[in-house]
Formats: sequence, structure tokens, C-alpha cells
Amino acid sequence: MNLVDKTAAELQDLIHKKEVSIAEITKQAFDRIEKLDPKVDAFLAMNKEQATKQAEEMDKTPLAERGPLFGLPIGVKDNIVTEGIETTASSRILQGFNPIYNATVVEKLKAAGMITVGKLNMDEFAMGSSNENSYYKNTKNPWNLETVPGGSSGGSAAAVAAGEVPFTLGSDTGGSIRQPAAFCGVVGMKPTYGRVSRFGLIAYASSLDQIGPITRTVKDNALLLEAISGHDERDSTSANIEVPNFAAALTGDIKGLRIGVPTEYFAEGVGEAAKQAVREALAVLEEKGATWEEISLPHSKYALATYYLLASSEASSNLSRFDGIRYGYRTEKAGNLLEFYMNTRSEGFGDEVKRRIMLGTYALSSGYYDAYYKKAQKVRTLIKKDFDDAFEKFDVIIGPTTPTPAFKIGEKIDDPLTMYANDILTIPVNLAGVPAISIPCGFENGLPLGLQIIGKYFDEETIYRVADVFEKATDFHKQTPQIWEGAAQ
Amino acid sequence: MAKMTKEEVIEVAHLARLAITDEEAVHFADQLEAITNAMELLNELDTENVEPTTHVLQMVNVLREDKSVPGLDRELVLKNVKEHEAGQVKVPTILE
Repeated sequence: MNLVDKTAAELQDLIHKKEVSIAEITKQAFDRIEKLDPKVDAFLAMNKEQATKQAEEMDKTPLAERGPLFGLPIGVKDNIVTEGIETTASSRILQGFNPIYNATVVEKLKAAGMITVGKLNMDEFAMGSSNENSYYKNTKNPWNLETVPGGSSGGSAAAVAAGEVPFTLGSDTGGSIRQPAAFCGVVGMKPTYGRVSRFGLIAYASSLDQIGPITRTVKDNALLLEAISGHDERDSTSANIEVPNFAAALTGDIKGLRIGVPTEYFAEGVGEAAKQAVREALAVLEEKGATWEEISLPHSKYALATYYLLASSEASSNLSRFDGIRYGYRTEKAGNLLEFYMNTRSEGFGDEVKRRIMLGTYALSSGYYDAYYKKAQKVRTLIKKDFDDAFEKFDVIIGPTTPTPAFKIGEKIDDPLTMYANDILTIPVNLAGVPAISIPCGFENGLPLGLQIIGKYFDEETIYRVADVFEKATDFHKQTPQIWEGAAQ
Repeated sequence: MAKMTKEEVIEVAHLARLAITDEEAVHFADQLEAITNAMELLNELDTENVEPTTHVLQMVNVLREDKSVPGLDRELVLKNVKEHEAGQVKVPTILE
């Protein structure tokens, strides 16, 4: 039986009817990964032996004790620590690192009965927009193997788009879930900052990082977000707020919904196809009873500079822990301790990571702190206020996720500023801390385009409701890349 | 426009505990200069009376109850250490 296009509810239905077992679902996931991953290169460490054993055990659990995600396979981004499974954040400096505990989200996946099949490639330490910054391999976009999957959660988005697994976790600091979700034509949610525990997420920029789900449908996304959300005393920035039943928010009713459409998200540099796809999406939502009007988020153009100063500053501090002493890569060439630190770090980190560590160190250094770091923190206040003001009148804000669809591998790698510009439409959301989703809304030259729906703090429910209405009215999520043909079991 | 020199990059790299060659320093100087120049855009904004944002949620200090819990098992702690001896981590000479 072909399981690859099934939703969580459909898979559970098949399991309950005894048409398929958890062991079979797990085996099919590994078979498909073995068949397709040599082309897509989404996965790093695999957990086959353990997962297979776990699946057989789980088939014995009484049906009444199982939740909606029980026994379903999931891939986890490689910056989320998994006990006993190598975790590298796609960096040489963590090669061979075998965590001795699980991230809180991994414990929550276990509690939901999900089966971790393996770890997913990413840009080193989540710094990048194309997955070309991985020390290990370049993940390819399943829609066109010559193009990038986006980043930094490129492996997570590509694995879902290729049908290797129905669920993955990514992390989003400046667009790292939404941008690859858009490039790969899947559903990716960055929750409100504080919604999901960051304990066990290898920190890049702590005031911006957030873990979130990537799936093929909105409902599956809502189910997975519910499973991983919640207060955690081990993350002091985790919000002590009740976790809603997100899937119950998919009522299909958006009558009277007020949508704000920022003119800044249709500015120069945003491609005509991306703009047109959003206009058509707005027409669909209008027909379902929503209204929309143009608004301004006047400080949008300052978001990119603000982000790179703040994220790099936080990174320079967070990444100081990688010194080769207690875990990870160790240099062979060191006469004394200082040389040991310096050589370990130079040999262990890639160029983009070094660039951001240096930019951050510079921005925090005496004489530059006020001009760069503090200035950026103040501008962050203005960017956040743009959203606060807009959400007084509107329920959601809608625009494109990215200015263009996926670009060619190698096209932007030598020019950091051009690469950074890819994230202009996703970065403001992280600076404000509000939630946002990317869902498929069209194609340009055979490559997917994403619709970004931004919501109020802790109002992922409205985002999901709108996304679900759009998904049900369109068939973009049902289209599959050519790589699927002949790969189905 | 800020000019980033090779010497400045070497100084910053040293602060960040990164060993870089002269050649790399020149390359990074060009890139970091372009990046910091792009960041100067923020100077257009008057932020004299704007409070900085360090954290987006309204939270106060988060404290846990002051009670002791067992630490990690030593064998586990040493699991990822490349060189250790008698339960201790080995490092190169600290004092010469």
C-alpha cells in the first residue's frame, strides 16, 4: 500500500482497520529514504535499528491508548539534541557528538508516540538560507535537484517534500522554517517566541530561535505543534501559557476576518510571480468571507540590518562554548591552551559561522556597542511596534514568504549580502516574536511559492484556521515533485 | 562609511578565539566592511527616546525553587570527552 501521500488521520485510520502496522509504516519510511536520499541528501545520522525495534513494540499498544500521532515517523533537525543519536548542527566542530540527554521537544515526541527516524541536514548552526553551509553535504530541492531547498532547515523541508517522512521539526531564527517550506512547497510554522521549549536546541540567537513543525498539510502541522508546545522549567524564556487544541481551530469559517497586506512586502526586489500568487490567494480568502486592505509596516526595511547585528552578537556569545574540551572536534595542533582554543575553533567552524562570530564580536566590542548592538535593539522596538499597531486593526497579516522561488546551488554562496536579502520578508516576524506560517500558494517555472500568514502573539489558532481554509480551496499542497514518480512503494 | 582593516579583523578574530591567516583576514575585511556598511542604514532612524528590546515577552526573572537535585553521572559526562584520565578532562598545558 502506498502511504506516502497520507495524512496523520488517514494513517491512523489504516492502522485502526489493521490494514497497515506501525512496523510497516516505519519500514516504508526507511525504504523510501534509502531510495530517494542519495539524490536529495536530506538526512545525516539515521536511527534505523532503534526505530524498527520501537515500532514493533508500539504495535502492541492498545488502540485506545494511542493519540493522533502515535507510531508515525518524524525527522528532527540536527541542531536539536537526541540522546544516543549523533547531533552535529551540520558543523565539523560537533562531528561525532553523541548527546547524553534529549531536547524537551524530543521527549514530547516520544510522549506522543512518534518515532524518530533520523537527523536532518541544515546550514551550519542554522546560519544560512540554502543549506550550502553544511559541513557534510548539500541538500537538494526535490522539485529541481539543481536548486537549493532553502535554509537553514533545508533538510527538514526537503525530506517532507520528497515524501521521505510526513513530519519533521525545524528551527526558525530569521526564516529558517518558513523560507525552506516555501522553496519546497510544504507547510512550515514558526510559533510565537516562547511557545515551544528551546531546551536542547543548540543555540544560535537565543532571543529569536524557535522550534516548529514542517508537514504536508495544515492539519498535520497543527497536530504536531500541539504535541511539542508547552511550558518548560528548563527554558527560562518558555511562556507559561495554556496549549490550545490547535486542530480544533480549523473550523473552516473565516467570515469577517480582517487581513492586513503590507505594501513593504510588495516592494522592489519581490518577484512578480510571488506578488501575483499572493493577490490570487487574497481573492480566494475574500471569497470565503475575509476582507483585506493595504497597510504599512514602516520599519520593515531596517529589519535585515537589525537582525544581522543582533543575531550575530548573540551567536558570538553562544558559540563561545565550542572549545574542544568536553565534546566535539579537537585540534591536533596545539602547544598551549590558547592555541588549542584558536585552532580547534578555526578548524571546526565554517566561513559563514566565522563571519557571524566576528561580526557579533565586533558589534559587542567596546567603542562599537552603542553604535551597533544597542542601536539594533532600539530599532527592534520600532519593528515590534509596527506589528503591535497593525494587530490592533487586523487579525492576520499576509504577504509572500520569499521574494523569489528557490535559486540555483552555488548562485549566491560567494556574496553574503545577496544571500541575506533572501530573508527580508521573514526576519521582521522573528524580531517581533509573533507566529507565522508558510503554505504553498503557487509555482514559478515549476518551483513552489509560499504564502506567509502572520498572526498575533500566541494566536497560532487563527493562522491555522486561515491556512486551512486556503488549503481546502486550492490544490497546491496536492502537487508533488517529479522525483515521486517511480519512487512510490 | 566604516573602513575595516586587516589588522582590525585579526584583532576581532583574536577576541573571538579564531586563528585566521593574513589572506583570510583580507578576505573577511572586505566582506565585513560591506556588511557593516549595510548596517549603517539604521543611522537614518532617530532612536534617542526609544527603549531597547532584549526580549519580546513581558517576563520577569524566572527563578526555580532552591532545592538540590543530583548532578549528571560522571561516566556520562565523560562520554564525549576525547581525552580523559582518572575521571578528569585532559587539556594542553595552561601554565608554562
